[in-house]
Amino acid sequence: MLVLGLFIFGYSCSSQLSEADNHNPEINNSTEQIAVKTAGITEIAVEAPPLTDGIFPCNDCHSEIEANPERRELVDMHDDITAIFNHDSDNRWCLDCHDLNNRDSLRLASGQLLDFKESYKLCGQCHGLKLRDWKVGVHGKRTGEWNGKKEYLLCVHCHDPHSPKFELLTPEPPPVMQENISYLNRKQNDHETE
Amino acid sequence: MKQNKTRRSFLKNISLASMAALTATGCNMKELDEFFQRNFRTLSDKEKEDIIKNLEQKYKQKYNKEFQVSAQPAMEQVEFAYALDLSRCVGCRKCVYACVDENNQSRAPQIHWIQVLQMEKEKGIDFAHSDVHYNPEKVPEKGHFYLPVACQQCRTPQCTTVCPVKATWQEPDGIVVIDYNWCIGCRYCMAACPYGARHFNWGEPEVPEEELNTDVHYLGNRPRIKGVVEKCTFCIQRVRKGKYPSCVEICPVGARKFGNLLDPESEIRYILENKRVLVLKEELNTQPRFYYFFGV
Repeated sequence: MLVLGLFIFGYSCSSQLSEADNHNPEINNSTEQIAVKTAGITEIAVEAPPLTDGIFPCNDCHSEIEANPERRELVDMHDDITAIFNHDSDNRWCLDCHDLNNRDSLRLASGQLLDFKESYKLCGQCHGLKLRDWKVGVHGKRTGEWNGKKEYLLCVHCHDPHSPKFELLTPEPPPVMQENISYLNRKQNDHETE
Repeated sequence: MKQNKTRRSFLKNISLASMAALTATGCNMKELDEFFQRNFRTLSDKEKEDIIKNLEQKYKQKYNKEFQVSAQPAMEQVEFAYALDLSRCVGCRKCVYACVDENNQSRAPQIHWIQVLQMEKEKGIDFAHSDVHYNPEKVPEKGHFYLPVACQQCRTPQCTTVCPVKATWQEPDGIVVIDYNWCIGCRYCMAACPYGARHFNWGEPEVPEEELNTDVHYLGNRPRIKGVVEKCTFCIQRVRKGKYPSCVEICPVGARKFGNLLDPESEIRYILENKRVLVLKEELNTQPRFYYFFGV
């Protein structure tokens, strides 16, 4: 028995897989890397995601257009946004968040102007509980280190401010059904069919 | 007298035969060392170092890759815990595959440490009627919610108490780990685990060589062999270096939260103190360190 055991052991330790290329697999981290801040702070300065190409600064066009505060459906310009706008659209329109006189700024309900980088404050006017949870890292997502540097995402990294509801996702493939799992390896299978 | 002689000759023959067997199979001393290696917890630091050096060489030979095998112990004043927001999870299964990639899980036969269960909102958390094989065009599906389950890292784990050889135990930071070299593959732990979180290598695990993660921990994601049990370790190779587990980093809806229970400033403590929290199968007194909560 002992001899047999040693034979089996010897066989198992001398069998080795074939050689292959040397690649370094990348650890999956598809999230955008953004500015870093630690927990417990009130001001969170995170780089905002890029605005649509060629649209900023808004004043390039708007400085030459007369400001029109009347609520209306936009047709000539920004009709793409009008088309998708779904953010309490019955009660709100562009100038509830964008400033009438300085289009390069956002505008709080108080009238205070706000940089695009601080858009989370604007969101927090209505979504106060979400803002509170986001500040402590419960709403939204943090990456990096659980005991150190963290990367935040702003509201607008995940939610389109004009249509904030999440799109449905295509799920990854389901696990193989138990009865279809082959416990023989491909190599062994090949061997058997030879 | 005669009996004695028989025994002596038997011993003589057996030792000769084993010598012959060893030479014939080409086993070297390192492989013998590995065969007679003791339980990981009884090893001195020096022994661990040697074993790791041997392992790295072995992997280099076997996979033609430079592995960094770590045996980093638990940090002081750290107890890990995890929280998953049931109101956010959409069942996209991105975590399942991020985990497979990070932890070198076998692709064939397939092993998934995370199972995402689809449940009916009308029935609530009902394991008997949950579906792990759901496959619609888009998720989340109407009328359903999703509950991913992996190792719950219990404070009173049943899996470790039933192990007849003590090949699995709870680390000081709360992670339940397995010494794959010591595991005899009896699967008692799988029978004992009420969460189905442990998985057995029925076949030789297969990972495409270009997809191997070479940053591994001895008690975590190092390549496994046929006949051993494996399970989630909160990405021990990442979290002991301060990084978030891989599933936390991939989750597209930010449903997964992780941190140090002993740090009052951590998001995990905030969740436990401010949100509605539950654990699975509370009545079994396993006292999981994996919490589910409702963020809204």
